[in-house]
Amino acid sequence: MGFPHASHAKETPVLSQYFGDPAARTVAGWKQRGGYVALEKALGLTPAEIVNVVKDSGLRGRGGAGFPTGLKWSFMKPGDGKPHYLCVNADESEPGTFKDREIMRWTPHALIEGSAIASYAIGAETCYIYIRGEFTEPLAVMNAAVKEAYAAGIVGPNAMGTGKRIDVHVHKGAGAYICGEETALMNSLEGKRGNPRIKPPFPAVAGVFGMPTTINNVETLVAVPHVLNRGAAWYKGMSHSNPKSTGTKLFSVCGNVAKPGNYEIEMGFPFKDFLYDLCGGPTPGRRFKAVVPGGSSVPIQTMEEAEATLMDYEGFVAQGSMLGSGGVIVFDDAQCIVKHIARFARFYAHESCAQCTQCREGTAWCTRILERIERGHGTMEDLDTLLDLSEQMTAKTICVLSDSCAAPIVSGIHKFRSEFEAHITGKRCPMGATAAA
Amino acid sequence: MADAQQVSLTIEGRTVSVPAGTSILEAAKVAGVLIPHYCYHPGLPVAGVCRMCLVEVEKAPKLAPACATAAAEGQVVHLYSDPALDARKAVLEFLLLNHPLDCPICDQAGECELQDYVYREGRAQGRSHEPKRFNPAEDFGGDVLYVTNRCILCTRCVRFMQDVANDPVLNVSERGDRAVIGKFEGKDLTHPWAANVIDLCPVGALVSKDFLNKSRAWELDRTPSVCPNCTQGCNTILETRDNVVVRMRPRTNTDVNHYYLCDEGRMDYRWMNRTDRIEAPLVRHGDRLVVSGWDDALRAAALHLNGKRAFVLASPMLSNESLWMLSRLAKRSGGGGGFRVRLGTEAPLAGVPDLVRRAERAANVRAAELFGFARSDTPLAGMKDGDVLIVADHEMAAADASAIAKASAVIVIGTTMPELVTNAIIALPSTNVAEEDGTFTNLRGRVQQYRQARSAPGMSRPVWWSVGDLLTFLGERAGYYLASEAFAALAAQHPEFAGMTYDSLGLKGQALAGAVAGVAGGASA
Repeated sequence: MGFPHASHAKETPVLSQYFGDPAARTVAGWKQRGGYVALEKALGLTPAEIVNVVKDSGLRGRGGAGFPTGLKWSFMKPGDGKPHYLCVNADESEPGTFKDREIMRWTPHALIEGSAIASYAIGAETCYIYIRGEFTEPLAVMNAAVKEAYAAGIVGPNAMGTGKRIDVHVHKGAGAYICGEETALMNSLEGKRGNPRIKPPFPAVAGVFGMPTTINNVETLVAVPHVLNRGAAWYKGMSHSNPKSTGTKLFSVCGNVAKPGNYEIEMGFPFKDFLYDLCGGPTPGRRFKAVVPGGSSVPIQTMEEAEATLMDYEGFVAQGSMLGSGGVIVFDDAQCIVKHIARFARFYAHESCAQCTQCREGTAWCTRILERIERGHGTMEDLDTLLDLSEQMTAKTICVLSDSCAAPIVSGIHKFRSEFEAHITGKRCPMGATAAA
Repeated sequence: MADAQQVSLTIEGRTVSVPAGTSILEAAKVAGVLIPHYCYHPGLPVAGVCRMCLVEVEKAPKLAPACATAAAEGQVVHLYSDPALDARKAVLEFLLLNHPLDCPICDQAGECELQDYVYREGRAQGRSHEPKRFNPAEDFGGDVLYVTNRCILCTRCVRFMQDVANDPVLNVSERGDRAVIGKFEGKDLTHPWAANVIDLCPVGALVSKDFLNKSRAWELDRTPSVCPNCTQGCNTILETRDNVVVRMRPRTNTDVNHYYLCDEGRMDYRWMNRTDRIEAPLVRHGDRLVVSGWDDALRAAALHLNGKRAFVLASPMLSNESLWMLSRLAKRSGGGGGFRVRLGTEAPLAGVPDLVRRAERAANVRAAELFGFARSDTPLAGMKDGDVLIVADHEMAAADASAIAKASAVIVIGTTMPELVTNAIIALPSTNVAEEDGTFTNLRGRVQQYRQARSAPGMSRPVWWSVGDLLTFLGERAGYYLASEAFAALAAQHPEFAGMTYDSLGLKGQALAGAVAGVAGGASA
């Protein structure tokens, strides 16, 4: 549902069905809406059966990487004698993305239910929900819901009366972007500085507290109860383009559109329809210029690319970008692309954890060059330097933060080179914009 | 235990076989290839952050950090392919973005890994037009000064304090290019081993206050030595400039001190440069000690010793060779000997087994006892009335004064005139640890060689030499030209040393026969 707007007929509200409905936040309200049926069903299955259903559904991680969820769960070897952990990545800090926030605000029990099912499926008795520090309202809602779920015996030492232990802890982050990276999240959870870890070892071997850990995005987990309730075939059926991309996906839309908000569509939905119909097109008198479709870390799309895109993991790649986290940032013709790319770079320079040389120094250097170009003091050589630096910031570091800084820069220069050149030759911003100080 | 599984891989065209689990970087060392790196250090946990050691591994999707990638069967590794060279060039350019080009006033210049690699593989010209970040230098406590602007955030110092010293004082503060090494609130680098962060720092960010602006690295002469300041026997490098010892640093020996040296040990080198030395043999004429030649002084000493008991007060700082020779002098006269050890506080380095700054603050206590010298707080108690007292570079205490008076004569063999000794009849000048070749035996029975680092003042000689000549004057041939000859003679007579030569000792040493083998791990066996 296009919350805060009324649901559009072309949407498929599965995860977002109860957005804006405060009654869905309580255990009783959630049960009235069909909640905790899937958990009860799951606890009657074997973990392997659940993993297989999820595998069959084609569900893939909604945090950005799109890794098949069932396959990830199958890495957790039962009977290894070690405690297993589930980490829920609710750190949603990708600029332009605010779907998990709404899921937690309106349907906290959907997350508890999905997390409990996943915990059982991977043999974990403990689940940590790591919530971004700035999410004060979702944190309060989640805390209240977890407390109520414990009181109702849904989770705890005797989950749903089955004698199985599933503990759910809500942990508040301190507001660092990098703590959304899975291994940095684990370090942060352990009380350490939120620095990404070198992989291998992967979390399924040595994750939080050195124990086998699965980490899933909020949106991934809330889809799981629906998969169990309605079956893998139903979920797989929601795929209109590439069969590897199934189910529904929430897109957070912000920027220069008539109706920003969260929209849930089936995989493979045409992006053109999405932008012009669901989101209401540009604001009056304006035209779209560019779209960043998957959070600030993905390459920017021209409108030609965007309008040709079918919205799934493969569809965005085919049109020069990535699905990412589903944070759609729309720019209209009044916007200066150089300014916005400089702003993205500044964000990454600010959030770099400072471990890897390329990222620590490169993000800051790129920012300074971009802001200088934006102020009208750039040179043509700066563009070559930026492309070369971006090359050296890609696939060279522990995590992908520096890659994420490079992606919009490279795509911006390649796709909107004339705007950069106009800044350089005109020695000022042709749009009259000024980069954030 | 069965042999660990071996894997063989090819690095820069050289095929090597290493145990499974070895990193590519360590495997490359076996192949004789140095993969440039900053954050990696064999004594510290792998961080994988400097990204300098990125290498191309055939069939891998991207460049791999050699420090954090395990060697695997059949791997083909390229260090000088274009992608690997470009990546290193880029890392160097990134590191120099905010690094001041103050090499002319930086203590690290000449032994700086950033300077070396930039010179070898960096860009001739940087492309940055942006101003450099500036942060003031900070006193980290102890001997350590943090020159913030030079820091490349390799985090070796942080990991040393956290994982080796188990005293987490340092951290990475802030993020992005604002990041600096910080100290936790209210903490200082006062750990007894903290100054090792200076050696670990690959650039000039952590510098020694003691060594600050004293010398350029290329003006130093470096000599392998052994720290004389406690019984641990840490291997060291003595660095001299114009014949003056200006720095003592650890030398790697994974059987003794790994890569480390304690702060007290490394700072305690100034006495090696003392200028109030006995520089010539002295013989008493009336109330004065008069400069003499070696032969005259030795002949005079022999006359005094002939037919008398000799009691030798031998410093536990003397070499094996010298202590052995002194023990021969005492034994042939039916006399005895003793010594006293200065004591201090013990300070273990938590992360390294059996590496401790020992309470006994002298290098060769074990050999002194081995050669029959009695350790005591009152070492002169064993001296009999009428003995000739030989003070061999031993420190005197007030309690010794009355005992000295019981001696029929006092002969000094030493670097300086001992306090309280006013009536020596003969004084023979000797060299200190920096001025001679020799060996020490550490508390675990490891015999280790040290080499001469500075020239001996005046006519001074090693104690084994002058005592050997003295024995010869007394009719017992014991003249040796070289420390190695004296050591060979010692080894021939003492079964614990059987088979040892200076060549077999090398620069890592050997354990005495029957001694607990190797310091590290030996104690727990």
